[in-house]
Amino acid sequence: MRIAAFVPALVVLFALLLWGFAGMPDFGHYRGPYGFVLERIATPERHVTNVVNATTYDYRGFDTMGEEFILFAAVTGVVLLLRGSSGSRRRADDDVRSDSIRLAGAVAPALVILVGLWLVAFGFVTPGGGFQGGIAVAAGALMLFVAVGYRAWSTLGDERLLDPIEGLGAGGYAVVGLAALVSGLPFLTNLFGPGVVGTVRSGGSAALLNWAAAIEVAAANVILTTEFVEQYIAPIVRRRR
Amino acid sequence: MTMLATLVPLQYGLFGLVALGAPAVVLSRDPLRMAVVNGLYGLVLVLLFVLLGAPDVALSMLVVTTVAYPVVLLIAIARSRSSKEEMDEA
Amino acid sequence: MTYVPYAISAWVCAVGLYGIVMSRNLIHLAVCLTVTQSSTYVLLLSVGYVQGGGPPIFKGVKLGTTSVDPVVQALSLTDIVVSVTVLALVLALALDVHRQAGTVDPDEIAAMHG
Repeated sequence: MRIAAFVPALVVLFALLLWGFAGMPDFGHYRGPYGFVLERIATPERHVTNVVNATTYDYRGFDTMGEEFILFAAVTGVVLLLRGSSGSRRRADDDVRSDSIRLAGAVAPALVILVGLWLVAFGFVTPGGGFQGGIAVAAGALMLFVAVGYRAWSTLGDERLLDPIEGLGAGGYAVVGLAALVSGLPFLTNLFGPGVVGTVRSGGSAALLNWAAAIEVAAANVILTTEFVEQYIAPIVRRRR
Repeated sequence: MTMLATLVPLQYGLFGLVALGAPAVVLSRDPLRMAVVNGLYGLVLVLLFVLLGAPDVALSMLVVTTVAYPVVLLIAIARSRSSKEEMDEA
Repeated sequence: MTYVPYAISAWVCAVGLYGIVMSRNLIHLAVCLTVTQSSTYVLLLSVGYVQGGGPPIFKGVKLGTTSVDPVVQALSLTDIVVSVTVLALVLALALDVHRQAGTVDPDEIAAMHG
């Protein structure tokens, strides 16, 4: 029954798709001028060597603001659905008793969080950037939860701490854009002037947008994993009581 | 940069692996097995992105597919397997 | 021979859509949605590829060497990070359905009364 309704729609979709593909250039013979122009002018104009991040935060910074607000809205949806639905949450008395996990937990989360912060800071020089570094920091925080146990983690994964940080990231992006508007330039213009190529100080005010995106992505992912972990912990707590 | 001209057979091999991996993910019926196969498919995609000259995309896909996807999937699977009596107490 | 990457992305999209339509478990549906999203990343990066080109990073590399298109990479990498959150939202909806109806099978949910 579902197949009978699905196959005609699939045939129509693929007819349109193949008609679109016939007009595209071959694989490897990219024609468009936009990419070639950006490669040549990004380093002299903005003094950044990572052209992808220059595109994300500077030339197409408005699209990235839209993506940030998608992230913000989706995390709001998850929090509305899951928070406050699992009763008493803060009284799980679990302990991590394995010594090897505690030893690894003393070393591994710090390394991962440091690598994540390095990815964010040098985002305009080498591959990296706000999004990659933010999610690496969130992965390090998750490792910290695994090593420490739920009771100790719940003092750090508190919603009163994480929600303002996420709002700071999302709102900070818009505020940096509005700062350009206040000084008479179009929204999200690059202020501060470009810095020195190849150092942390390159990119102008796009570096602030980089950090705002990193803070928001990290806080949003830590909130998500905290909500999901509490969903997992709640039946275990209830069964032990 | 001349090393990149010899990468073409490797790229086509990885495209073939992607074409095989997608039905493997979709056709696995047990959600737990699907979470593992999805992780492998994500790693194949990371290799493909590196060979297409996109290290930034490969970095974000790597962290996402090894840490973030399995965590949310495994917690959702574990929670969806509890019985309905436990759900009524929630 | 040079249209193979586009054909593969169309095939992955079709496989993902088939999985979404024929799914009997809401969690399986969420993962098939991410498979469909991954076909768009493959398509975007294949469009931007330049033969013999390296990554668009110019640290220590002379300006003007052939490199691939940076715009499609900027689109893909923000989308990958956002797709985690979208997956979490779909799974949270599935958990809510499981709490209300006791099942994650889409066919059995339709029998719920308002």
